[in-house]
Amino acid sequence: MKIKETATIVSQSRISAGIYDMVLSAPGISGEAAPGQFVNVYLNDKSRLLPRPISLCGIDADRQTIRLVYRVSGAGTGEMAQMCAGEKLEILGPLGNGFPLEEAAGKRVFLVGGGIGVPPLLETARVLYESAALDEEQSDVIADEQRVSEKSDGVNAKTRTTEVVSVIGYRSDCFLKAEFDRYGDTIIATEDGSTGTRGNVMDAIRADGRKPDVIFACGPLPMLRALKTWAEEEQIPCWVSMEERMACGIGACLACVCRTREIDGHSQVKNTRVCKDGPVFNAAELDL
Amino acid sequence: MGAKNRLGVNIAGVELKNPVMTASGTFGSGEEYSEFVDLNRLGAVVTKGVANVPWPGNPTPRVAEVYGGMLNAIGLQNPGVEVFCRRDLPFLKKYDTKIIVNVCGHSIEEYTEVVERLADEPVDMLEINISCPNVREGGIAFGTVPSVAEKITRACRNVAKQPIIMKLSPNVTDIGEMARAVEAGGADAVSLINTLTGMKIDVNRRKFVLANRTGGMSGPAVKPIALRMVYEAAHAVHLPVIGMGGIATAEDALEFILAGATAVSVGTANFSNPRATLDVAEGIDRYLEENGIDSVQDLIGAVEE
Ligand SMILES: Cc1cc2nc3c(=O)[nH]c(=O)nc-3n(C[C@H](O)[C@H](O)[C@H](O)COP(=O)(O)OP(=O)(O)OC[C@H]3O[C@@H](n4cnc5c(N)ncnc54)[C@H](O)[C@@H]3O)c2cc1C
Ligand SMILES: Cc1cc2nc3c(=O)[nH]c(=O)nc-3n(C[C@H](O)[C@H](O)[C@H](O)COP(=O)(O)O)c2cc1C
Ligand code: FES
Repeated sequence: MKIKETATIVSQSRISAGIYDMVLSAPGISGEAAPGQFVNVYLNDKSRLLPRPISLCGIDADRQTIRLVYRVSGAGTGEMAQMCAGEKLEILGPLGNGFPLEEAAGKRVFLVGGGIGVPPLLETARVLYESAALDEEQSDVIADEQRVSEKSDGVNAKTRTTEVVSVIGYRSDCFLKAEFDRYGDTIIATEDGSTGTRGNVMDAIRADGRKPDVIFACGPLPMLRALKTWAEEEQIPCWVSMEERMACGIGACLACVCRTREIDGHSQVKNTRVCKDGPVFNAAELDL
Repeated sequence: MGAKNRLGVNIAGVELKNPVMTASGTFGSGEEYSEFVDLNRLGAVVTKGVANVPWPGNPTPRVAEVYGGMLNAIGLQNPGVEVFCRRDLPFLKKYDTKIIVNVCGHSIEEYTEVVERLADEPVDMLEINISCPNVREGGIAFGTVPSVAEKITRACRNVAKQPIIMKLSPNVTDIGEMARAVEAGGADAVSLINTLTGMKIDVNRRKFVLANRTGGMSGPAVKPIALRMVYEAAHAVHLPVIGMGGIATAEDALEFILAGATAVSVGTANFSNPRATLDVAEGIDRYLEENGIDSVQDLIGAVEE
């Protein structure tokens, strides 16, 4: 169920140049949301009428909060960055479908993010990690048998049914990296080579050498294209989260379409709504 | 909603429970918004434009925000009239509201094909969109050349079983002349305004923001222009007028009604407030209550001259 609510800012901080981390008290949305979904943020300056779509970087149903990590890229995100704890924002969500977590169960999943595509993968990593930990408690017997193949670092000391590997591309500053480290291995690429592999996420994946069973990705279109090509060569199922200019955010206006290989059931033409049928799609079904 | 029928209006013989309807293209066929809006409480749902066959629409980006408004160049993407009748009409039929189907086409034949196809469907009215600025082939002439507008109106009137509303373009010099042309062609009502052709350029990339270069402008920033045109159209013809363009509040809607509109459509405001249609309807009712007015019909064209 989608909920429109007046959320109160619990905290906001700048975590990197131009990147902000906002936690909102949102009792309705936090209880409904899943990783990979997004919210519409309605700005207080009403001359800017269109809501800003922002992904959920964190969902805490117990504390009834959601977390948005965003880059200031224009007037709307600029307005958000000026706001302080205690101030209020209208939001609508959760919107879109989210990542198909069941596709990663019991597998090695690469979470591949670039730039401002990184935030939604953090909640995905957390939920996959925690549900793997839960599965593990419930299947100690199986785990005992598999312990031979364990890794020795602290976090992964016990066998996990699902192995999360986060592959993240940054310009330079590795915001959120420390948090990804809690949920599994991280493979880093930076444009300036200051951390990890110099280059992009594809360079880092090649340098690392490991291959995933499944890929979840979010980031700029060239990155998604390269990943889709690689995944097809290697025959790895790959889900990508798409971005497009939006108006309604709920599937009514047809602003936000992306091209599909086959005729879409809803539109009857070769395109589909990012806000409603996505933002996460099986890459094989898209014409990127 | 208050005393009986206070909000009721009549357009070409069709009784609406209140004068608030959705603006075509901003509300799909109602399904997506039904999570936020009880469709039973709308005067009518006006659907996205429907053509004889599926249309793929324009490349993206299809929308851009501008000060106090937006530009769109969706390009009338739609699933075609067959799927519309099979899927969308049964959905809308579940609600106690009037169904107005917006019709688009590239040629007179394409328009009349859709109108004929809908003749025996459970549709209360047709809104013929002769004004979409985002369709290149011939489309512009339908909405800007009076003789062509009259001709297409007559062609639709000849095959339609429901009342037809001709939706007028604001991209003309004399809106009154266009309204008179469609009246001569047999229109049962007129609606206006469709979007005003606009443009936006990204100075950093030195590129057009919309893939289509131009797009139709809508939202609060166009309201004064829309209001003036509705006033002129209402004075030019003896047909009921449906007013739209930037309506976001009851006060906006009341301005259009006082200028001569029998009903109003809420479009872009749905994007900034999914409940905008109901907020407008409730606000009109409150205004009637507070001002001791028995019927919204008493306000139509009632601005003091
Ligand atoms: C599903 C989805 C999830 C997103 N998640 C995040 C996130 O977690 N963190 C983050 O920093 N950004 C995210 N974005 C991008 C974010 O929506 C834009 O950066 C933001 O809308 C820019 O608004 P602005 O007013 O600052 O910029 P302006 O350029 O002034 O915005 C003008 C208009 O363009 C739209 N727009 C501008 N850039 C984009 C863009 N990249 N994508 C879509 N619309 C855009 C705005 O919404 C607005 O309507 C997401 C986009 C989508 C579609
Ligand atoms: C995204 C979008 C799509 C639209 N699609 C249609 C359409 O299919 N047919 C049509 O007649 N008008 C269409 N319109 C025009 C609106 O119905 C309305 O005439 C116009 O937007 C002015 O009203 P507003 O300012 O309340 O939005 C569209 C407008 C928008 C913003
Ligand atoms: S933004 Fe309106 S359909 Fe996606």
